Amino acid sequence: MNLTKNLKGNGGSRAGRLSLDPVRDWWATAPGTVRWAVYLALIVGALLLPSEAVGSFMAPSGSDWATMLSDQIGIYVLLALGLNVVVGMAGLLDLGYVAFYAVGGYTIGIFATKYGWNFWETLLLAIGLAALSGVLLGAPTLRLRGDYLAIVTLGFGEIIKKTASNSDYVNGPRGIQGIPHPPSLSEFEILGVQPLKYGLLDSRPYYYLLVFFIVLTIIFVKRMENSRVGRAWSAIREDEDAAELMGVPTFRFKLAAFAIGAAIGGSGGVVFAAKQTSINPENFVFLVSALILAAVVLGGSGNIPGVILGAFMLAWLPERFRELQDYRMLLFGAALVAMMVFRPEGLWPSRRRKAELEEGTGGMGTMGAEVAGPVTAGAGVAGEAAEVKK
Amino acid sequence: MLEDFISQFWPSTIDGLALGAIYALVALGYTMVYGVLRLINFAHAEIFMVGSFAALGTVQVLGVSNVGGLALIGVVALMAVVAGAVASGGAMLLELVAYRPLRKKGASRLAALISAIGASIFLQQLFATIVIPWVFGTSKEGGRLPLDEHFVSRTNVIDVGPVQVSNDKLIIFIGAILMMIALDQFVNRTRLGRGIRSTAQDPETAVLMGVNIDRVVSATFAVGGAMAGVAAALYFLRFEQAWYFMGFLLGIKAFTAAVLGGIGNIRGALVGGFALGLFEMYGSSLFGSQWRDVVAFSVLILVLMFRPTGILGESLQQARA
Repeated sequence: MNLTKNLKGNGGSRAGRLSLDPVRDWWATAPGTVRWAVYLALIVGALLLPSEAVGSFMAPSGSDWATMLSDQIGIYVLLALGLNVVVGMAGLLDLGYVAFYAVGGYTIGIFATKYGWNFWETLLLAIGLAALSGVLLGAPTLRLRGDYLAIVTLGFGEIIKKTASNSDYVNGPRGIQGIPHPPSLSEFEILGVQPLKYGLLDSRPYYYLLVFFIVLTIIFVKRMENSRVGRAWSAIREDEDAAELMGVPTFRFKLAAFAIGAAIGGSGGVVFAAKQTSINPENFVFLVSALILAAVVLGGSGNIPGVILGAFMLAWLPERFRELQDYRMLLFGAALVAMMVFRPEGLWPSRRRKAELEEGTGGMGTMGAEVAGPVTAGAGVAGEAAEVKK
Repeated sequence: MLEDFISQFWPSTIDGLALGAIYALVALGYTMVYGVLRLINFAHAEIFMVGSFAALGTVQVLGVSNVGGLALIGVVALMAVVAGAVASGGAMLLELVAYRPLRKKGASRLAALISAIGASIFLQQLFATIVIPWVFGTSKEGGRLPLDEHFVSRTNVIDVGPVQVSNDKLIIFIGAILMMIALDQFVNRTRLGRGIRSTAQDPETAVLMGVNIDRVVSATFAVGGAMAGVAAALYFLRFEQAWYFMGFLLGIKAFTAAVLGGIGNIRGALVGGFALGLFEMYGSSLFGSQWRDVVAFSVLILVLMFRPTGILGESLQQARA
């Protein structure tokens, strides 16, 4: 189907680059005990991350590293993992992911301040409502492909934001204040931290809460990936028509991806609102969707460690270089372009995704087809044209 | 609610057409790039913003105020030429820096989308932090630059029964129609236009037939940028202000218009632009103006539910251009 391409060698051009294949090979053959040791080391590392020693390098003087971790990095990692289910695994382009984050935030905002529900109750409700809104948006629109889905999700994100800022029930543009912190679970202290006491001053407990959520999400998503559902997603991602012909109920699985991604986004919104104690529509602008999507693609969509790395970099870099003040976002935009130009497959792509990219299907459904060019033109565009004619 | 709609019907129609004309012009840029590269050029909104500042600069250099009559047409024409040229150059540069390297590497369209978002952030911030303070000398209200005095003297030129059209809206409408005719002629009659159409249909065969793809892509961006620049001049004529974030909402609306009409389809962009402008204005007279964006996006979702490739359908092959 795509003979022109590999002759001139996209594959070849990638050979000389930084490759993580040795690590992957080692990992693939590593015995179970080694794997568990690595998992344990990663979790311990994550728990020690907010310490002063790390913070002195990671955070610029004057800003609190633990707050950066909980308010920016942790939330971004969680959201990126959620969006990765939709974009990276099922290959659906969602440009309005912030909508589900907003649903989560507003759920706790409304139910905690107006009805006195506590954090854990609203969390469950928010996850349910976010998943429901994913289904409600997905049911009529998931029959659309690629770019049409992208603009519909973008529109949905704007609808949610505008509706929030036009509704007096949630105080319009001023937003909701006085959202309670989660109830403290225990007062016990370890190494100078009270990890389960959620207060105003210490950000670390929120970070630990996010780590807990992130670990749960990773386990859940990883289990999904290796199940029938995950196989269905990669089939849809690689070739939706073929998947449908092979008897994969594509619509149902796409809807599931949407709902799961939405639920994860919703849980992120709840933690965010409970940490900040106030939310307003400006917290849920398109830029957030764009940055989360950038995190997924930049890290290497579909690969969980890559996505975490991407989200970490994207949340951390602008905060780290606060001393550049106004110019930091300027440089950030330029860096985004540069990273895509030099490493379009992402920092840490999954092996399978890399193969898909090299083969030219790109593994993004219709979004994966490569940009038409003199050498690489062909399969992607022709495939789409065929789709249109149907 | 309904009374408002009925009493406001004609003014809303006129406003909707003027707004729709601007949407349509910007949508053309999205749709042409999409047609040729299958790429959502997210940074196109920022090209529009660049054009607006070029228009603002033109008026400041001319130093005119309260222009009316034929002189206004001259000023607008000059603004359109300057803004069109600047935006066109900007779009070509954008393609060269942010898209061409990706295209050469055969990167996925998703990577190109992220590159576009990066370019978009870069351009906004470039204007917010460097161009506005250094070139325009001020940074009023977060980079919002209104003129000190109105440069247009607005008069109603058509006044028949319920229909009242002011001179600026008339110029917007006629200017946009002229640009669309020019584009249609360019795409259908010229050699380069034929290159664009053939690349849109089948890039591989186009290369075999001797089409220089790089030139075609460059030209597509240039023409799309020029359209956005003219749209920016017309927008400036109506609202008389420019600021660094203005491209965002207009950009997603214009992209919505392109999708509504059927993306990749030039006539679809026109239909989508006018339809969206009208829906928005009717929507805001029905539900209040704060709901107009919600109405616009809801219409989009509804239309796509029933016509999944937009009003006129997607492909460039079918619609000749």
